[in-house]
Amino acid sequence: MNDWKPTASLNLLKQRAKMLADIRAFFAERNVLEVETPALSQAANTDPYIESFSLDSGQRFLHTSPEYGMKRLLAAGSGDIYQICKVWRDEEAGRYHNPEFTLLEYYRIGFSYQQLMQELEFLLITLLMLKKPANYSSYQQLFIELLQLDPHKADHSTLIDCARKNIPELEMGDESSWQKQDLLDVLLTHCIEPSFANDRLTFVYDYPVTQSALANIRGATQTEVALAERFEVYYGSVELANGYQELTNARKNAEVIETELHTRKQQQKKEFPKDAYFLQAMESGMPSASGVAIGLDRLLMCATGQKKIQQVISFPWGRA
Amino acid sequence: MATYNTSEFRNGLKFMLDGDPYTMVDNDIVKPGKGQAFNRVKIRNLKTGRTIEKTWKSGESVEAADVMEVEMEYLYEDGEFWHFMEPTSYEQHAADSNAVADVTKWLKGQELYQVTLWNGTPLSIVPPNFIELKITDCDPGVQGNTAQGATKPAVVETGAAIKVPLFVDEGEMVKIDTRTGEYLSRAK
Repeated sequence: MNDWKPTASLNLLKQRAKMLADIRAFFAERNVLEVETPALSQAANTDPYIESFSLDSGQRFLHTSPEYGMKRLLAAGSGDIYQICKVWRDEEAGRYHNPEFTLLEYYRIGFSYQQLMQELEFLLITLLMLKKPANYSSYQQLFIELLQLDPHKADHSTLIDCARKNIPELEMGDESSWQKQDLLDVLLTHCIEPSFANDRLTFVYDYPVTQSALANIRGATQTEVALAERFEVYYGSVELANGYQELTNARKNAEVIETELHTRKQQQKKEFPKDAYFLQAMESGMPSASGVAIGLDRLLMCATGQKKIQQVISFPWGRA
Repeated sequence: MATYNTSEFRNGLKFMLDGDPYTMVDNDIVKPGKGQAFNRVKIRNLKTGRTIEKTWKSGESVEAADVMEVEMEYLYEDGEFWHFMEPTSYEQHAADSNAVADVTKWLKGQELYQVTLWNGTPLSIVPPNFIELKITDCDPGVQGNTAQGATKPAVVETGAAIKVPLFVDEGEMVKIDTRTGEYLSRAK
């Protein structure tokens, strides 16, 4: 029996340590403060697509990201902050998924999300030692170029037809069980992500409002629908990071959480208590900021050319 | 009817798709950070042996297939069916030509085979990795030829054509690897 042994080589453990040191040096240079917030808290993430682990005894949940806690610090006047921590998501393990993983999350006061994308590009290019600059595309542009449809305007049956035509391996089942967002997700993951250049970063920005989470929503204009000011970063087709122009309006934050709880109920998912401290912090006022969360295990995979996340984690899920 | 939810997907799971039984070969999760998860699965058709890729929205289910793997002894062929028997229960099963297609050249009485049953009917048969068979036809051994690795064609009792070293004679028992069809050694 060799299952007690680590699945990551000693060399990879050293590379992980170096990556963490490089990240800390990057933020020290920019006067961004390293902070810690609770991993085990009384409220859980209400996002309907992310499941929290809960403790059997008493009402405590493992955090799925340090977002609520860090935003409470921002509201309390912390200034620019970052955190490197373990987070947990109750989902299946896979080639790119370990239910326990390491996240880098950071916030820049007064930054627009475009500014944050630029800074993040510099950080990631340094850590991945890339020679080429990143590609930038809006979510809409990608769908129009690759699938000839506007993701913000296409109706349910257009998306169903597009998925059937472009993803022959899809076992669709009952068409009515597919929400519009599910169809956009399957097209994104099966048709768009695989087309990304594999020798550079791709930034995708301006998402449908149905996927805004806690990102700011830019209202509709005469020429443009309302959009979530949110971005994702990929290296090749591997999703590395998710960032927002943060939603600072207290009432809108409360509405997002109510909507998420309502969706959870509709989808018959576990109902979680909402984070009252987070909502109180938003009431007291959060400064304008942009923030991003980066999956460090995947980043290490990409930096070292590993094919499975288990190769960069000492003891992955099955051996934890 | 038993079903399997995507959260139960794992390698080796037997299930039905479009009327055919399949086994899962590789299961992976595809999930955008803020979105719906999908299971991208490599599956093998147990009738044709063909491997294909499928995607399910996580949370969907597939119908379980009544597929079992049982070790059975080969009995005889009657011109239409090939008959096998479970050694403990003496229960007999008739396999059609599709099920035995890849294995007829290694079928020998009283030998044990891995039989995949679907709804109680043999679907495919895997021979043992190593089998001992009698040479029924080959040229006589050539005296004095000591060339290393030189071989000659031979036919064994099951009808399979193989290559054997020059010193092997008709009537001898030889050990063969059924996965490669290669001669391994003389049998004791």
